[in-house]
Amino acid sequence: MHDDARPPGILTASWLVARKDLAIEFRTRTAFLAAVVFALLGVTIFYFAWDSTAVAAMDLAPGVLWVIFTFSALLGLQRSFGVEQADRAIDALLAAPVEREAIYLGKALANLAFVVGVEAITLPALALFYNLPVGEVFLPLAGVAVLAAIGIVAVGTLFSSMAVNTRLAELLLPMLSLPFFLPIVMTAAQTTARLLAGRPIADAWPWLRILVGFDVVFIVACTLAYPFTVEE
Amino acid sequence: MSAPSHIADDSDVAVEAESLVRAFGGRPVVDGVSFTLRAGECLAVFGPNGAGKTTLLRLLSGLLKPSAGSCRVGGVVLRSGSRARAQVGFVSHAGMLYSALTARENVEFSARLYGLRSPADAARRALTAMRVADRSETPVRSLSRGLQQRVSIARAIVHEPRVLLCDEPYTGLDDVGSAALTEALTERRASGAALVVVTHNLGEGLALATHAAIMRRGRFARYEQRGGVDATSYVREYRELVTTDA
Amino acid sequence: MTDRIQHHGVDSLATSARGTDWILLSGFAALAAVYVRVIWFTPIEASQGSAQKILYVHATSAFVALYLAFALMAVASALYLWLRDETLDRVAESSAEVGLAFTTVVLITGPLWGKPIWGAWWTWDARLTATLFLWLLILGYLLMRGAIDDRAMRARFSAVLGLLTALLIPFIHLTVYLFRTMHPMPIVLKPSQPSMPPEMQWTFFPSFLALTLLFAGLLRARYRYATLRDAVLDMENAS
Repeated sequence: MHDDARPPGILTASWLVARKDLAIEFRTRTAFLAAVVFALLGVTIFYFAWDSTAVAAMDLAPGVLWVIFTFSALLGLQRSFGVEQADRAIDALLAAPVEREAIYLGKALANLAFVVGVEAITLPALALFYNLPVGEVFLPLAGVAVLAAIGIVAVGTLFSSMAVNTRLAELLLPMLSLPFFLPIVMTAAQTTARLLAGRPIADAWPWLRILVGFDVVFIVACTLAYPFTVEE
Repeated sequence: MSAPSHIADDSDVAVEAESLVRAFGGRPVVDGVSFTLRAGECLAVFGPNGAGKTTLLRLLSGLLKPSAGSCRVGGVVLRSGSRARAQVGFVSHAGMLYSALTARENVEFSARLYGLRSPADAARRALTAMRVADRSETPVRSLSRGLQQRVSIARAIVHEPRVLLCDEPYTGLDDVGSAALTEALTERRASGAALVVVTHNLGEGLALATHAAIMRRGRFARYEQRGGVDATSYVREYRELVTTDA
Repeated sequence: MTDRIQHHGVDSLATSARGTDWILLSGFAALAAVYVRVIWFTPIEASQGSAQKILYVHATSAFVALYLAFALMAVASALYLWLRDETLDRVAESSAEVGLAFTTVVLITGPLWGKPIWGAWWTWDARLTATLFLWLLILGYLLMRGAIDDRAMRARFSAVLGLLTALLIPFIHLTVYLFRTMHPMPIVLKPSQPSMPPEMQWTFFPSFLALTLLFAGLLRARYRYATLRDAVLDMENAS
């Protein structure tokens, strides 16, 4: 080994892994484009799934938004450990002198960028198509979107690493993840509904509190759990 | 089974396996393997399919935890995140590369994971050593199988490991690739690395080895220093040993 | 040598498995006895009529599923990650599957009771929803188990999922509860139980015991099956 080499710390290693994943995604762009197209299709299909004279688009929007976000996030998560599994690149990562937690956090960070990226395109699109008054509440709305994305990614990254090792592979991921997304979808949709209705953020506080709690609990739990899923 | 005796001090011991055992679902695949390699030495491990050779390498690389026994690199037990891992390089039969990234990006990523001071230079050196430097900006996906193998080897040696583990490293390489590999392995040994090479090809293995082992049913059925081995009779004895098993 | 020991182990297990399972048998007998009491010897509740009698199997099954089966699964999962004993994985597997059966009973008897009392088969009440999701989670858990061949990996993955599920259930309960309290819904009649008359209590508590006994019997039988199955696999691997 080089005498002056110093294996990276947990944060540096996470950043290296995340940057590598984003470079792959940027190079191929397949998953991201697929997720965006999926999300936009969802926005339009949902619009016609209800009678727009009976249900106002305003009332539909929060639910549509969060169902679409979670499902399109799954597209990115599915691919997350697929690229590691293809040529057993995960073995090189595991054999390297980096903490397992750093691998998880790096993958999660890249997935977070993916999900937030999809949200950044879908949210304005939804606002446009559904005539939503997002102008004044855009910042708090973006904040909720990021909080929800953190929860989705924390759980989804772990399950993605588990699912690729099973015979069901990508079929298993939604089955494991969606029940875990229920508290996220509910809290985020409820908060969004209140924000869009022009009510003060304090009204949504009971929901936000649960969402933040979920994020904290599952980031910690999944980071600690990840090493158990890879050690052989 | 004659283990070579070493009288020299332990300071230059590169890798040390002590009664390594690894079982899957109650079945031992590696069943009590011990050996010691010093700087510059090379162990060639031969054996039929399913003898446990690959599992042995995965134990030595730290990818698998031993069910019993231990494995030390430079006197330190391999553990997750331990610095001992930084001294090991692993050429597996899977390429362990990202197909969307270029050869350079793959090797450089590895260099960064091992914390090299100048990852770009190290990557260029390793790719040049494996004679794929001219293709370094090509995505791995577009490289032929043999060239991918060379990039994979470059990835494994970029951090100049003290212990290099190779699983059938010559498979898929053409003449240029084989020559580059032999040269790289020789260079690694000259600078103090120990090698463990797993192969079916006895000629290839014996040409490199200072120690030779025949693995059968998870154990070293034979283990000796290369010096005391006559290649022709070794091949014959290997055949006998392996066929009597079946 | 190890083969012989394993053979012996399997033989003795197989022999004991062939005998009458008295625990399981008495569990079923107790359940039958409780039912006789529920149907013929317990008074009919004034406001709900005979539909209320479903309480004796619904509430007790819910108790067994949640506080025995899934608590056991979560504890066995946590202990597995710590001790790495295959026995614990088999306990987790068995209690998940038996728990699934009890949860299914809860989900079937719930609507049956709800329809005449609440006027709807299903209400998105916090407990019902949490139970439904628990049922889905355990189905996913068992599906994942079936999709992994390597036994050690299966045990680790299952233990991780088992623990995360235990963390998730409070969140589901909390959000659904909040959902209900913040959205005024048509008032549904909640079967509040002020103080049960003694005759009802004398049916209620024995039915707890009967279902607990049945759970123990089923769990033991399922656990034995898992042990035998793994022993057979070990033998096949060894040869």
